[in-house]
Amino acid sequence: MPSAIHIEELTKDYAVGFWRQRPYRALDRLTLEIERGEIFGFLGPNGAGKTTTLKLLMQLIFPTSGRAEILGRPVGDLEVRRRIGYLPENPSFYDYLTAEELLGYFGDLFGYAGADRRKRVSNLLDRVGIGGERRLQLRKFSKGMIQRVGIAQALLNDPEVIFLDEPMSGLDPLGRRDVRALILELRDQGRTVFFSSHILADAEALCRRVAVVAGGRLAAAGALSDILAFQVHGWELVVSGLSPEVLARVQPRVRRATEISVGRYSLELPLDQSPDRMLAELTAVGATLVSLNPIRDTLEDFFMKHVAEMGPGARAPIAEQSRAGH
Amino acid sequence: MRAIRVVAVNVFRESVRDRVPYNLVVFAVLLIASSYLIGQLTAGQDVKIIKDLGLAATSIFGLFISIFIGIGLVSKEVERRSIYALLSKPVSRSQFIAGKYAGLVLTLAVNVSVMAIALYVILAYMVWTEPPTIRAGWDAPGLDPALLKAVFLIFVELMLVTAIALFFSTFSTPIVAAVMTFGLYVAGHFNADLKNFEKVVSSQAAARLARGAYHVLPDLSAFDVKTQVVHGLPVTLGYLGSTAAYGLAYVAALVLVSTFIFARRDFK
Repeated sequence: MPSAIHIEELTKDYAVGFWRQRPYRALDRLTLEIERGEIFGFLGPNGAGKTTTLKLLMQLIFPTSGRAEILGRPVGDLEVRRRIGYLPENPSFYDYLTAEELLGYFGDLFGYAGADRRKRVSNLLDRVGIGGERRLQLRKFSKGMIQRVGIAQALLNDPEVIFLDEPMSGLDPLGRRDVRALILELRDQGRTVFFSSHILADAEALCRRVAVVAGGRLAAAGALSDILAFQVHGWELVVSGLSPEVLARVQPRVRRATEISVGRYSLELPLDQSPDRMLAELTAVGATLVSLNPIRDTLEDFFMKHVAEMGPGARAPIAEQSRAGH
Repeated sequence: MRAIRVVAVNVFRESVRDRVPYNLVVFAVLLIASSYLIGQLTAGQDVKIIKDLGLAATSIFGLFISIFIGIGLVSKEVERRSIYALLSKPVSRSQFIAGKYAGLVLTLAVNVSVMAIALYVILAYMVWTEPPTIRAGWDAPGLDPALLKAVFLIFVELMLVTAIALFFSTFSTPIVAAVMTFGLYVAGHFNADLKNFEKVVSSQAAARLARGAYHVLPDLSAFDVKTQVVHGLPVTLGYLGSTAAYGLAYVAALVLVSTFIFARRDFK
């Protein structure tokens, strides 16, 4: 059985500038393989090439070179489009339509009609938490509600592969939790989810495997826990009710101690210091645990290090050339 | 075919939601008010003036719809990014273009039909109120079916203008598309003059340029049979058929070129 998504040496150059057009490489020879039934996180800071990749997969833009297949067929194939769903980044729809009408319109394009279409639309809007507002024109919707409608339209045809470009964008914490639950539910149904994000925590909560892009190039791929940069390199322990004497006693074992307010401290422990033992010691003398978190690089840290490690040649020559002109 | 129909119906719905049908109310009020005023001022000539006015208004109102909706048909979808989700559905870019075009043609067909009916209603009222002696002096009957010939060619001309607007809409901004479409509309009405340009200019290059433009630009004056119809002069079915075929050939070419351009476009 062919893989869900096969990307081979995919490259996209744009021409930038008005009078003297220069090439700008937005994506540089990206190769990826995504298996069926997995949630795959496509990570990278803003401008890394995530949206460019998704647009290439949706054939909203055409590659300069390389190729991509979805479910064993070339991207752009109408039969493939019947089996996929896509949520664009910051989606925008027809503001004169209601949420119900928009989904009805897209449902028509899939050939759904009558009671089947109405039921599908109604169930999906329930599922993404759009209630009585479904009969309001979309011009009256907030950004978060539009995002929910966007997710609903991406699931209209029970897609086998779902592409979500920054699905958490514009959502409040409750909405983010709902979307995470929805993505896990889709995986449990055997669907493939390919989602882009610039937030590492989203990937940690959902993905088995990720790919990280930076400067239009693949910087790392694999299980998140196997990518060295994202491994835990310490602990952040926040405690309250800590006396200065106790702090002075533990200080040699702490990488950094920061006072947040009177008696409340943030203690940064190196990885070889057990947070359990330190916590037991502190609580025994009257301190209270506020929070305990692993410390690891953010995507931005990773990106900065990656570029620094690779040196000036990190970016594709074509991109370097165009940036030098700015 | 289904994808084209679904996209077309949505264009029609958009035009209704954008209050395009309000122009019909303005049209009806304009026609009723002017027929009343003209009735007060002239004797015997008023039916001709109403026919002239009605047909000219149908043409101008239709032109506004063609240009102002036509220029945004594609560019608005790209600008507001609604095209991203739409093109991920089972609809090809050529079906999208054909659907957009068909939707606006459907809007125009409804508008032109309603305006024609309104014109006939006003004319029926005049026939009913004018004495037989005055009616006998009219060049053509009040409720002349030949008016439909003029309405038909106005509709074909509007289809052509819509195709021009669609063509520019596939690769330029609405303002540029509006200017270009209106420019071509005006040039198209003076196309016949370009044919004989060498008689009025001495420059060979200018004459050749004018001749080239004459062959490329559509001759829109061919679609204007208002004067003949109003004065009861014959407009043959052969003329109607050949002019419509000429217009539809241009439409087909423009929609094809639009599809060709759009099929290769990147949505950055």
